[in-house]
Formats: sequence, structure tokens, C-alpha cells
Amino acid sequence: SVSHSQITRLYSRFTSLDKGENGTLSREDFQRIPELAINPLGDRIINAFFPEGEDQVNFRGFMRTLAHFRPIEDNEKSRDQNGPEPLNSRHNKLHFAFRLYDLDKDDKISRDELLQVLRMMVGVNISDEQLGSIADRTIQEADLDGDSAISFAEFVKVLEKVDVEQKMSIRFLH
Amino acid sequence: VDYQHVQVPFEITLWIMLASLAKIGFHLYNKLPSVVPESCLLIFVGLIMGGIIYGLNDKSPPVMDSDIFFLYLLPPIVLDAGYFMPSRPFFENIGTILLYAVVGTIWNVFGIGFSLYGICQVKAFQLQDVSLLHNLLFGSLIAAVDPVAVLAVFEEIHVNEKLHILVFGESLLNDAVTVVLYKLFRSFCEMPSIKSVDVFAGVGKFFVVGLGGVLVGLIFGMTAAFTTRFTKDIRVIDPLFVFLYSYLSYLTAEMFHLSGIVAIIACSMGMKRYVEANISLKSHTTVKYFMKMWSSVSDTLIFIFLGVSTIGENHEWNWPYICFTLIFCLVWRALGVLVLTFFVNRFHVNTITSKDQFIIAYGGLRGAICFSLVFLLPDFHRKKLFIAATTVVILFTVFIQGMTIRPLVDLLAVKRKRESAPTVGEQIHIRFLDHLLAGIEDISGHWGQYYWKDKLEYFNSKYLQKILLREYDQPKSSIVLLYEKLERKHAIELAEAGQLGHAPSHPSLLNNDRTVITDKKLEDTVNPDVLEDIQEILARNLYRIRRTGPAYNRHTLPGETELVEHAKKILILRHKSL
Repeated sequence: SVSHSQITRLYSRFTSLDKGENGTLSREDFQRIPELAINPLGDRIINAFFPEGEDQVNFRGFMRTLAHFRPIEDNEKSRDQNGPEPLNSRHNKLHFAFRLYDLDKDDKISRDELLQVLRMMVGVNISDEQLGSIADRTIQEADLDGDSAISFAEFVKVLEKVDVEQKMSIRFLH
Repeated sequence: VDYQHVQVPFEITLWIMLASLAKIGFHLYNKLPSVVPESCLLIFVGLIMGGIIYGLNDKSPPVMDSDIFFLYLLPPIVLDAGYFMPSRPFFENIGTILLYAVVGTIWNVFGIGFSLYGICQVKAFQLQDVSLLHNLLFGSLIAAVDPVAVLAVFEEIHVNEKLHILVFGESLLNDAVTVVLYKLFRSFCEMPSIKSVDVFAGVGKFFVVGLGGVLVGLIFGMTAAFTTRFTKDIRVIDPLFVFLYSYLSYLTAEMFHLSGIVAIIACSMGMKRYVEANISLKSHTTVKYFMKMWSSVSDTLIFIFLGVSTIGENHEWNWPYICFTLIFCLVWRALGVLVLTFFVNRFHVNTITSKDQFIIAYGGLRGAICFSLVFLLPDFHRKKLFIAATTVVILFTVFIQGMTIRPLVDLLAVKRKRESAPTVGEQIHIRFLDHLLAGIEDISGHWGQYYWKDKLEYFNSKYLQKILLREYDQPKSSIVLLYEKLERKHAIELAEAGQLGHAPSHPSLLNNDRTVITDKKLEDTVNPDVLEDIQEILARNLYRIRRTGPAYNRHTLPGETELVEHAKKILILRHKSL
């Protein structure tokens, strides 16, 4: 769980973003952050904060999304298996990332979804065919059940050697 | 026989020849390099050579001139290290590296200096005339971990990337601290009285030296990148610019009493990206090969000279002082690593385990830099004592620690580096996660490490690339480059295996009346349909590609072969047809 000082800090950040001062953030509030404009995944990340079909997110939702990026404490690593899995577990972190790929929420990253993300990440100078080849290669590497899409389990497997806990943790949320 | 005429170049060439022959000799016995690190063997050869010269001339053999070392032998090695440094792990761990390099070195210097002073107070050792300042001066030159020695030993033991980069980065960056402290204490020795103003000036100087070095390096690096933008018509001298600018940055920094090592590293890391994009593939290969060659020769020569210079009458043996120096070096290093790691682990999720800490502490080897610095000391009556102590410490660390580190690593089963390079999928997802985290950090208002990376990337694409790259409208992201590289490599493998000369085994891909591809014909006419088949073959077989090898290796280039040109033609033709 997040400490009191961290909550205060995040709340002050929340209010500074909330230009309309109505206790919720809209997409425009996020888009006002200049660094997000140059982030290739900016729009998707913003969308991740908003629950299905809604245009406003309150502080609770804001915190909940950010909670995925809390570092995993040592004492949490050996927690009991019966309790609910915390949001910042490796599994949930990866699931968060997976949901950013998987727009239609069918629990698979299809070739098109992968192409969209790739296109966002490499810019306009690569031809569609080349990009398609890369996407094909990526799916091929990951695809274990032969459905030409990457399921969540396959996604997890691709990243098994990567230190996801560190890559998806913001330090100050320690 | 006009020997006088050619003496100097002749002797230099003979030394280099000896070094290279020695290297061949070691590798003839396969088992030897795995038991005894090459650096030890080279010192041994040097010892023999020194003994021969001593026996023949009956006087001390020529001591390695500090100028030769610092101006000619050291820069190629550091350039090689900086150029091939994997920048991602380096910058991810930069905080830890700087902490070890700066705070750790200062800790070691003062620790060793003061404890040795304490030893000198003991009447029985007859060391009372060695003042505190002298001890601190000695501490400043003996405390620094040496990149040459570390490199030489660590690449025999393949530890995981993070550990490697920590020790290696530390050994490179502590040069700034060493330079400042050494010069500071040396000037203090000559001053009649020391005021606190001088001490503060020393602290300020450290920042100047370090940051100034970085600045000088970056200026030269950017200039080099800019120059290579215009070298399209004179490809042959492309590689020369890389070396000239790097060497200039080193010399300029040394001229201003800044840290030359930091400058040359900043220069090579800064220019690498743009230069590689601007120069041709052949020039690129040339640069890499020459760098490896020069650094290899330098490295070998340094160790041989170390051996040669050890023999002779330069030493004054005072056993207590020497033994305690050794003990304190080890003890203070271990303590320093423990304390610093304790702090580091508070801030990082990915903790440095105690096994890692042991390797970091034990891998703190001293080498030729200490040796040269001790010879540069002003002549005072205890200088030979210091020389002796330095020699013993270096020999101990290189031989004992160098030889035992591998069995110890195996014993502790330190997490070994992963055997394969990241696949296309991994690379894409890692990049994806990077962007994601940057975005999240922006939203949460915390300036994490990714903030700087993204800002830098933005600055780069907006301004730098336009100025420094020749064809800036076609920047390729690293994912595409990696993909191409993997395909190229596989094409090489196929070409070598002769498979491209036969009809592929998959029946549905080819009709019987298609042109059969041979290696030669690829260069003239390739049918787009056939290309597609190649691609199909490649795509189906790409699973088998597994690049092995460490990210940085002293002796080999990262995975290049001569058949790249051949395969490149295949790729170019294929992409043209797409």
C-alpha cells in the first residue's frame, strides 16, 4: 500500500493537472503535459487511465492506475498466496502493458494491433512491407499455439528474461 | 650497418612484435588463458625480458616512461572501451557507477592514506619520516581501480551485464577523482602551508575536472559527427576522423589539466551514433578493427613494460609498509563497497547481492595507471619505497586476484550473463515499456531516468540529427537495424551452407521452371518472386538465429564477418523490390 506522503504528493500532482478544478481529470488535462505529446504511446497511456467508456477520471482511478508502477517491495515478494494479488505484481504490470497493445480487448495481440504500435514507435520512414515483416517476425517468435497472435501467456513468456519489475517501476513510489 | 639511423623506430617495432608474438604464443595452448589471465602471462614475459636486459647491461632496464604511457598507450584502450561501451546499461546504472567512482575512490584514498600514516607512527618500522601528506599522496595513486587491468580480467569471466558495467564504468570514471586528488596532494607537498581555502579549491577543482572533461569530449564528438557528414566523396579517410578527433579530445583535456579519460569516453559515446550513420559500412568496419587492434597492442605493451620495469634497482623494501599497503587496499575497498552498496540498495528495486558485492570488491584491480603515477612523483627520499609498494600491489592484484577471480566466480555462481541477444520481439517490447514508463513518470510528475532519456531523444531528433547526419530523412530505429542485422546474419549462414544454391525444400514455394539462385547470380538478376521465396525461407528459419557473445569483448568485434557485403547485396535487392 502507498504511504501517506506519497498519496499527498500524488494528490497535489492531480490537482495541479486538474485545470477545471472539478475533482476529475479529462483527456485534455493529460494532453496538456508537454512530454506526453512527444511520447509515441502518449494517447494510449492516457486512455489507460480512463475506465471503459468514460471521459473523466477521479483521484481514486488516477491512483489505481499509477499503483501498477509501484516497485515491488522485498517483503511483498514472499506474501501469502491467499490474499488478492497486489496491483504492482509482475503479472499485473505485464497485464497493464498488454492491455495497451490489445485495443479490442480480446486477450490477444493481433498482427494489426502490433502493426499499429510498431508504426507509432518507428515513425514514417519505414515502408509498410518492412514493418509487416517485423511484425510477422515478432509474432512468430512469440506465438506458441499457432494462432498468429500473441496471447497474454505468450507475451509473458517473451519478456521472461527482462527485468520487468524494474522497467515498470517508478522510483519515488517506493 | 647503420643502426643508429633506424634505432628508435626499429626498437619500437621490435617491442610491438614481441608483444604480438607473445599473444600468439598464449593462444596456441588452449588451456592456458583460461587458468591464467593473459595479463599475468604478459607481465611474466616482461619480467623475463627485464631480467635479460638487466643481465646483459648490468643496470636497470628502461623504466616505462610515464609520458609514453599516458600519451600513447592509454588513449587507444580507453577509446576502445568508450566506443564499444553498451550505452543502455551504462546510463541505466550511471548513478551507481558515479557513486562508486567518486565517493568510493575518495573513501579509499583517505582510508588508505590515514591508516598508512598510522602505521608510520609505529617506531619499530622506521617510517616516521613519511609524512601524512606523503601518505595521502600515495593513497591517491594506489586507490584507483584501473580500467586496463579490470578489462583484461573481467572478460575472461563472463559475469552478468550489470556487474560488468558497474566495475568497468567505475574504473573508467574514477580517473577524474584520481587526477584531482593526485595533483592536489602533490601541489600541497610543495606548498609551505596549507589553508582551508586550498582544500575547498581542491573540491571545486574536482567538478571542473570531471565536467570539463565531459564538455571537451562532447564538443569534439559533435565536431567529428559533423565532419563525417561531408565525407561522402572521400570515404577512405572516414575512419581517420574518428581517431583524430578522439585523440584530440584526450590531448586537449590533458592540456587543460582536465580528465582526459572522461573526455575521450564522452567523445566516443557522443559521436558514435552519428558517425555510424554517416560513414559507409566499410569505413565502419575499419574503424572497429583498427580500434581493437590498437587497444590490443597497447594493452599488451603496457603489461610487458610493467614486467620489465619491475626488475631493477628502483625499489626499497620495507616489508611492514608494503604488507600493510596491500592489506589496507583490500580492506578499504571491501568496506567501501559494502557501505556504498548499502546506500544504493535503498534506492533501487534491483538490489546488488552480496555475491555481486564480493565480485566488485575483489575485482578492484590496480594496474599501469598507478605504476605510471608513482614514477611521476617528485624525487624525494622515500620515492623508492612507494615504487616498491605499488609494484607489489599491482602484481598481487593482477596475479593473485586475477587468477583466483574466476574460480571464485564459479564457486559463488554469480548470475551469468544471458547467452543470447534480445530478439526482435523483446527489443520491441522493451522499447514499448520504456515509452510507457516515461509517459507514466511524466503524468505522475516524477523526473525519473527516462525523463532525461526521452528529452535527449527529442532533442536529438529535432536538432542534432538534422545537423549531424548526412541523410537525416532516413533515420532507422534500432528495431529495424536489429531486424536487418539478424536477417543478414541468417543470409550469411545460408550462403555459407550453400543452401541458396539449391532449390528450397519447401515444395509449395517454388515452381520447377524458376531460376535457381547461385551465389554469383544474386548480384545480377534476382526475380522478385524468388526474393519473396528467400524471405519466406528466412522467415521460416529465423528461429535458429541466436547471437552469442558478450556485449563488450577486448579481442573480437561484436559479431561481424567478411560476408556482410555479400549478404548486404541480397538485402538491398530485396528491399528495392518491395
